[in-house]
Order: sequence, then C-alpha cells, then structure tokens
Amino acid sequence: MSNVSTHKTGFPNPLRWIGAGVLGLFAEIGRLSVFAGRTALAAVTPRWFLGQIWRQMIQIGFFSFPVVGMAGVFIGAALALNIYTGGSRYGAEQFVPNIVVLGITRELGAVITGLMLAGRVSAGISAEIGAMRVTEQIDALETLSASPYRYLYAPRFIAALITLPILVAAADIVGVMGGWLVSVFSLGFDSTTYLRNTIDFVTTGDIAAGLIKAVVFGGVIAIMGCYQGDRSQAGATGVGRAATLSMVGAAVLVLASNYIMSTLFVELGL
Amino acid sequence: MSEPILKLENVVKTFGSNEVLRGVDLEVAPGQSLVVIGGSGSGKSVMLKNALGLMTPDSGKVLFDGQDVTQSTGKPREMMRSRVGMLFQSGALFDSLTVWENVAFRLIHKERMKRSDAKERALATLKKVRLGSEVAGLFPAEISGGMQKRVSLARSIISEPDLIFFDEPTTGLDPITADAINDLILEQVRSLGAAAVSITHDMPSARKIADEIAMLFDGKIIWRGPASDIDHSGNEYVDQFVHGRASGPIQPAM
Repeated sequence: MSNVSTHKTGFPNPLRWIGAGVLGLFAEIGRLSVFAGRTALAAVTPRWFLGQIWRQMIQIGFFSFPVVGMAGVFIGAALALNIYTGGSRYGAEQFVPNIVVLGITRELGAVITGLMLAGRVSAGISAEIGAMRVTEQIDALETLSASPYRYLYAPRFIAALITLPILVAAADIVGVMGGWLVSVFSLGFDSTTYLRNTIDFVTTGDIAAGLIKAVVFGGVIAIMGCYQGDRSQAGATGVGRAATLSMVGAAVLVLASNYIMSTLFVELGL
Repeated sequence: MSEPILKLENVVKTFGSNEVLRGVDLEVAPGQSLVVIGGSGSGKSVMLKNALGLMTPDSGKVLFDGQDVTQSTGKPREMMRSRVGMLFQSGALFDSLTVWENVAFRLIHKERMKRSDAKERALATLKKVRLGSEVAGLFPAEISGGMQKRVSLARSIISEPDLIFFDEPTTGLDPITADAINDLILEQVRSLGAAAVSITHDMPSARKIADEIAMLFDGKIIWRGPASDIDHSGNEYVDQFVHGRASGPIQPAM
C-alpha cells in the first residue's frame, strides 16, 4: 500500500507525492553522509586490518587491470580516429597526439576507469556485503566485537583510494598507446614525431588532474558499494537490487563529481 | 534468585506501524537455560537482537549483569560482548575465512592472540563439538549444514562467555543431527556454567535444553515456567503451540 495520500477522487495528491520524494531524498543523502563519515573516520584512525586492505587492493586493483587496459586502448584509438576526422576539416590533423593525451589524462582515463569500476567493483562490493548482511555475517561480526566499519568498509575504502590512481595512470598510458597505434598504423603518423609531440605537450598538471579525480572516484565507488550492500534487503532480489543501485549511484556520482572537479581545476588553472 | 545476568524491562520495538515488541519483560539468572518459544513472526529474533545490542529498543531497558546497556556503545558495549556468545540461525560463518579462522576470529582480531596459539585453541574447541582437525582448513561452503552449526557453536564458546544466545539452533537440520546439536549445546553450556537464551519453535529442542520456557505472543511474554510444566501450563495459547494445533486462539501465520 502506498503511503502517499490520495484525493477524495482516488488520485494521488501530487504535492504530497513530491514532498514525500524530496524528504526521502534528503533522508537518503543524510544516511549516506553519516555512513561515508563513519567509514572515512575508521579509515584514518587505528586499528587497520592490513590483511583485509591488501586483499581488497588485489580484488579492486589487480583484477581490474585487464578491463581498464582494454577500455583504455579502445578509447584512445577511437579518440585519435575522431580527432583526425574532425581536425582534417580544418587542416588540423597534426594536433591528434596533443588532443589525445590531453583528453585521456585530464578526462577520459579517469572517467572511463571510474565508470568501469562503478560496474565491476562497486556492484561487486555491494553484492558481497549484501550477501553478508542477509546471512547475518555482519551481525556476527558485531557480536564478535569487530566493527564492520573497520573490518569491512574501511579496507575497501582505503584500497580503492590507493588503487584507483594506479589504474588511472595505467589507463592513461594504455589510452595514449591506443591513439598512437591507430595514428601510426592507420593514419600515417610518424611514430617518433607522435610520441615526441605527446611528451612535449602533456604537463604535470594534466596528469595530476586525472589522478586527483581518481582518488575521489575511488572513494565514491567504495562508499556506494559498501552503503548499498549494508542496506541490502533480504533475499536474492534484495542483494541484486543493492548491486544495481550501487552501480548506478556510483556511475552518476563519478560523472557529477568529474564535472565539479573539472570546473574547479579550470578555475584554479590546473 | 541471584542477580540476573540479563534483564529486559518493558522493551518496545516498532517498525513503522508494526509494533513487534509491546513491552517484553524477561530475566535470565547466571547458569540458567531459558528457551523462548513463539510462532513465526512473533518477534523472537527481534527480541534477541535488542538483547544483544544489534537493535536499540524504542523504549524500555536492557540490563546486562546489572548494568544498563540499552543505549551503550564503545567500551561498555564491547565489555558486554566480550562476555556473550551467539549462535546464529544461519550459522553466519564468514565465507572468506577457513573453519579454524572463523572459530578463532575473536581471539585473533579482538584479543590479538598469535595466529599459531589461536589456531591451537580453535582446534581444541572444534574437538569439543566433535569436529576433527581435518575440517579446520576447509571453508564454510565445503562443509555440511550440521557441521556449520557445530563450527558456529565452537565460535560462540571459544572465549568462554557468561551468556550464550542460540537463535533457532536446530532449524534446517534432520532430527538426528538436531538432537546431536542439542546435546552439544547442553554439554557446553553446562561445562562453561554459562547462562543460555535460546529461541526456537522446535519443541523437542526446547524440552531438551531448557530449564525454563517462556512464550512470546503478540509482542509480550504471556507465560513462563519450568520446562517440566510446559504440558500442563494452564495457558490455552501455550497448549495450542506445544501441541501444534491449527485451531485455537493463535491464528496460523499465513
């Protein structure tokens, strides 16, 4: 039964409906903020479960290399092809290496990695923690005097903060190589000139912008996965729904935070 | 009666408009085995979670060894939990850890015991629940349901608690394995001298492990007495439940 009141005619009262939706949204933001705060606090204060952190770094970082590498190389290649096609309309084909490296390091390397991990990692974390929630393993942790924030959530949060920049750095390198491959073997660029232009054009600020974004994306992905998993409802449907919500939530937050950070970096001249 | 190890005073817990606990009063003396019976959805698990601090009552008090732990967090809560064991209905063993790591979890992570010493204690505790060292290195998914319950029992007794909660300890087990689990519960609780609070709707299990039985119905304890009195309680609700009759004052949960 809906908790939204209806008019005497039987139609839902739209104002109440909107009001309930807005209140629900704020309540969810509040819960998520408290959860994120508690997880971050557990991450920066002892005790740290180093074995758990290492295990999560392998899960989140090492096992994501293939998917991030594949995505990077194809994005770099497609980017080079499109920039060449567009640039040729103005006789600006020679800027392909410059724009590829700029686009990859400042935006696409981080965003593509963030989106891929929103799917692979955030949903995975959510499903794992959701299954633990519904099988009472998280309750068991608490009765054994182990805080789930310290034992489960903080290790995933820390691991994501550490591994995302490494993955983004790898995506940057592979993405640039993807552009180089297409440019040299398909578009007729000279290999040495392409690489020289790339290295001369890219700045430390460009690379730093992507890596800073990666740290934020890592936090977002881990928090969304843990939060939705922790709130998972019973049953396969509940766990599946938690995985979907975490993936969608993480992807939207990755894109939104990317825009905010890009704006900030431009303002700061980074 | 000596000072109760656990006391619930007028505990109320509501979920939305559903008032699950409507003022539960319960006392458990040290060394006593109390079984709480009640139908599906009667609030037994919610009562247990409130007693354990996994849920906070809307009103009322939970006292552990005379101390009010209703709202406590941090050290007071940890102090209580270090003296409490819990066997969950599903076993709730950690999938990613081996059997011995599950059993020794508190020793390794809370008491900071060396892994080699903790493993030795875990193997000794597994032996108490009739499990050999050959299962110690297996993962929970690699052992049977009955073995999982025994591992969970071992985990709940390894730190020699003063109070152990058992949530439907025999659910999902065949009658022979269920009886073996009941025997182990009795044996271990007696040897530790611990108090036990079990919730179940399995009457053979309740008769076997209880000193006293209480019945939870409609969010309240409606009857409590010695286990030997359960068949002549003089309470029509208890009679219907004990004899498993569909007709009577309790409506089947359908």
